[in-house]
Amino acid sequence: MNLMLPDSGLLFWMTIIFAIVFFILAKFGFPIITGMVDKRAKRIDEAIAAARKAEESLAGLAQEQERLLSEARTEQARILQEAAVQRDNMIVQAQEQAREEAKKIMDEAKARIQEEKEAALRDVRKEVALLSVTIAEKVVRKELSTDKGQMELIDRMIDDLS
Amino acid sequence: MKLLRLILVIALLVCPVVTGRAGDGVDHEQSSEIDVGEILFGHIGDSYGWHITDWKGKHVTIPLPCIVHSSTGWHFFMSSKIEHGHEHEGLFIAGEGRYEDKIVERGADGELVRPFDISITKNVASLMFAAVLLISLVLATTRWYRRHDASEEAPQGFAGLMEMMIMMVNDDIIRPSVGEKHYRKYSPYLLTAFFFIFVCNLMGLIPFFPGGANVTGNIAVTMMMALFTFIAINVFADKHYWKEILWPDVPMFLKFPIPIMQTIELFGVISKPFSLMVRLFANIMAGHMMVLGLVSVIFVTVKLGPVINGSMTVIAMLFGLVINCLELLVAFIQAYVFTMLSAVFIGMAHQEEH
Repeated sequence: MNLMLPDSGLLFWMTIIFAIVFFILAKFGFPIITGMVDKRAKRIDEAIAAARKAEESLAGLAQEQERLLSEARTEQARILQEAAVQRDNMIVQAQEQAREEAKKIMDEAKARIQEEKEAALRDVRKEVALLSVTIAEKVVRKELSTDKGQMELIDRMIDDLS
Repeated sequence: MKLLRLILVIALLVCPVVTGRAGDGVDHEQSSEIDVGEILFGHIGDSYGWHITDWKGKHVTIPLPCIVHSSTGWHFFMSSKIEHGHEHEGLFIAGEGRYEDKIVERGADGELVRPFDISITKNVASLMFAAVLLISLVLATTRWYRRHDASEEAPQGFAGLMEMMIMMVNDDIIRPSVGEKHYRKYSPYLLTAFFFIFVCNLMGLIPFFPGGANVTGNIAVTMMMALFTFIAINVFADKHYWKEILWPDVPMFLKFPIPIMQTIELFGVISKPFSLMVRLFANIMAGHMMVLGLVSVIFVTVKLGPVINGSMTVIAMLFGLVINCLELLVAFIQAYVFTMLSAVFIGMAHQEEH
């Protein structure tokens, strides 16, 4: 029985055939496939890492957005408050100014009224004096048209003097 | 259950045809006994021509080239020249004896001499066929990778199947067994070994022409496979491995002056590939034997009458079916085991820095 005896011809051919198969497959076959699969695995890993990173940055972005929004909100409040203060100030200032202006105008008006009044009084006095002089002249003339009247006057004046 | 019934029905339908034909055969050659041993060893062994079938009493055989270097120089001829005991250029196939079924020539004093014989026998042709098939399968897969950007998409269909199998072997057998650090260097060899054995095993299970040869169940083939693994283990082994063999950490009296441990370790070095060789050879050969034996049952029982023959045919076919399914599994398992053990042995030769 030659089942257990390796045949030299078959050994020879097996060596050659396996060597050729090994050479071809080791050079053009398996490394390409395993290499490509490794590359794909690497790429998938990278893609997952990138996705995680993107997710993280997205979360960061949302946070940033939130922060910006709240900042904007506080800024708005601050500006509004400032504006209110400024408005109040302006109103107060304007009121004061108006008051001052009004006072000035009033004072001026008062002064002028006073002046006018005095001028009017002076005129009236002058007029009254003139009138009284004229009246007095007329009265005196009428009184002194008689001797008796003249004498009485002289007497009264002497009485007054004495 | 439904499937089992279907199988039974088919078996019963086929059996009258088979017995009828077998009965005709008996009418023809009533004198000739069926020699099961010859059938078995004829199928399991090697032959110079590729016998396909018998058709109308004639052998249908594909002639294969014979390449022989005898005492009269090189001879190239087709195996059909030396069929049926014909002699060609002083060469013929020996009958009984030491060189049974091998090409021999007659020496000076009449005894048979075996010349240097590297004929393309049935097994060699089958090996070549398997090699071409394997190379085309793998290169067809790499073609997909050349045409596509593999980092962008995964292959589908045939390339996807091949990729799945290759990566299964690569990631599940080679990588953990050899170790993360060195496995890249060995993975082409181990992958080649796996697929070579697997393709040869599967082809051996196909009962008709391109398959049917008992390639991986031949000791010469498994011996070369084991030798390649032996080379892969020992040639690239590290210092640690050799120290473990030549100067292991054991009490002095075990290694000097009588090298007991060294002898045991060296025996282990040889026995590892030897076990690989015998395991693959025995498993595949046994599988072929079982299937052939069960098929032979049909023809052996012809003499016992149609009833026994018919029932035995059904039984033999059912058993043959089961064994064939089992062999399908064994074809994979033996390729797996050979690759895994080779990987483990290679891994053991690289234990440094682990």
